[in-house]
Amino acid sequence: MTLGFTLAYLTLIVLIPLTGLVWRSASLGWGGMWHVATDARTLNALKISFGTSLIAALINVVFGVIVAWVLVRYRFPGRRIIDAIVDLPFALPTAVAGIALTALYSKNGWIGRWLDPLGIKVAFTPVGITIALIFIGLPFVVRTVQPVMEEIRKEVEEAAATLGATRFQTISRVLLPGLTPAILTGFALAFARAVGEYGSVIFIAGNLPYISEIAPLLIVIRLEEFDYTGATAIAAIMLLISFTMLFVINLIQAWSRRRYGYAT
Amino acid sequence: MDVRVSGVRKEFDRFPALHDVSLDINSGELIALLGPSGSGKTTLLRLIAGLETPTEGKVFFGDEDASLKSVQERNVGFVFQHYALFRHMTVIDNVGFGLKVRPSASRPSNEEIRRRSSELLDFVQLGGLEKRYPAQLSGGQRQRVALARAMAIEPRVLLLDEPFGALDAKVRKELRRWLREIHDKTMHTTVFVTHDQDEALELADRVVVMSQGKIEQIGTPDQVYDTPNSPFVYGFIGESSSLTVRIDNGEVWLADRTLGLKSDAPDGNATLYFRPHDVELIDGCGGCIAGTVIASRRVGATRRVELEIGGAAERVEIEIPADHPAREKSRIAFRPKHWRVFPQA
Repeated sequence: MTLGFTLAYLTLIVLIPLTGLVWRSASLGWGGMWHVATDARTLNALKISFGTSLIAALINVVFGVIVAWVLVRYRFPGRRIIDAIVDLPFALPTAVAGIALTALYSKNGWIGRWLDPLGIKVAFTPVGITIALIFIGLPFVVRTVQPVMEEIRKEVEEAAATLGATRFQTISRVLLPGLTPAILTGFALAFARAVGEYGSVIFIAGNLPYISEIAPLLIVIRLEEFDYTGATAIAAIMLLISFTMLFVINLIQAWSRRRYGYAT
Repeated sequence: MDVRVSGVRKEFDRFPALHDVSLDINSGELIALLGPSGSGKTTLLRLIAGLETPTEGKVFFGDEDASLKSVQERNVGFVFQHYALFRHMTVIDNVGFGLKVRPSASRPSNEEIRRRSSELLDFVQLGGLEKRYPAQLSGGQRQRVALARAMAIEPRVLLLDEPFGALDAKVRKELRRWLREIHDKTMHTTVFVTHDQDEALELADRVVVMSQGKIEQIGTPDQVYDTPNSPFVYGFIGESSSLTVRIDNGEVWLADRTLGLKSDAPDGNATLYFRPHDVELIDGCGGCIAGTVIASRRVGATRRVELEIGGAAERVEIEIPADHPAREKSRIAFRPKHWRVFPQA
């Protein structure tokens, strides 16, 4: 009964649209598909999409874990406000975020004007895309890691200290291994979100083909050209790559759960 | 290793948790810090461990001033109430952790660590469970792992914070006896915190009774039980009954009658303390405490009766034989066999 319900719901909401996507692009045939996939513009767009998403998710893992740690372990005035601010990227229409970031990082924006003389261009480059993706991905890492961190008792750290472990050893051998599954989940979520992100990126990216054009944008461009098959072909390729990556992350997660004894 | 706590005061955000506490612990002793919650017993234990720093005063390990050293350098074994095991490590890795994090110069080889850890696991009767994770163990087993882990670093002092607090009554009793055996074999200087007087009296060589950030009494279980030196200790350890009395010329008076008891307390109002089971019933009443039974209940092999004494309607509890004919409303006279009088402030 419950399994039936879950399957039916999943089929309706996820599987049917995805099958439609694959079916539609299949009309292209393997040759046509290959042609679209190896098209230089498509390749570049995919490279930028997955590359910037990967970098953004990695940066989010590092700083998201630190932010979560500060929120869990330290009591300071304004903590609750900061805790609420972490969720803003969830709630904000991503286009708003994109416009705000573009205004900040463009040549005469508040931050951009200081970077420009140094020869660092952020807006309209992959760096800008990465910044936008970091922005939208942060809450995914913080919110998955935070609850697990809250369960780590202070006593566990104190126990490590009485046994002679330095602060660094306590973090690397006691705290982080226990957090690994949660960190991986946060990484996977932030990464997946970044790959699919559209709204915030198109403003700051500048969308120069071969340089700062992301795959979702290329899909929209194909749609506007009424090239529906082309669009779904790119989408199907993205789907394949995303699924493979998420699947691999899931395997690593399952392994680390087993490895770290959470299976029971 | 002797441990000496000297004139230690501790404040948390201006709130005093310990006032000028001094305590000498002899090498190889098993000491209980006993007190109600908020008495500062855990704070004292954590100060010895170095998990807290004293606002004032010092802690010595032998002749060495340990107050200058960090937790890591003090080399103490600490066991927490809720075990604080590393849940992503197997049992044997938990036990070996303290050796593995040593700087390479003093770190034993991996085989040596493994050998010593499994020896300790055998010692705490957990041989065969090396590969388990903490989540796969019962509470009592986890606490044994925690103790083995603390002993693995060859600590100078073993400190246990309510070690049996999270366990159910049966396991508690077992582990209590077992801890005493372990201590007698290893002779580690051991300090444990508890709020359970039975545990303290049964286990410890000496009991340190604490209340409101101060040490009330230090003594062997017999000393603190038989000769409590303050009303607090009388009330906290074992059961006690008390009566308001008056001291006049070294005689103890209850209202207008002398009880036939001598006291060197100063003249004036005072409180008489005695144990409910430590009384003799007498027939005639020349120099005794007499009262009317207002409640009686059967407790094990004896009967507990509540007596209303005199016009002031003070109530005391005493124990009488189960076959004693006294019923409600009947009068009983008794005299405490052991007792103490403390002047009223």
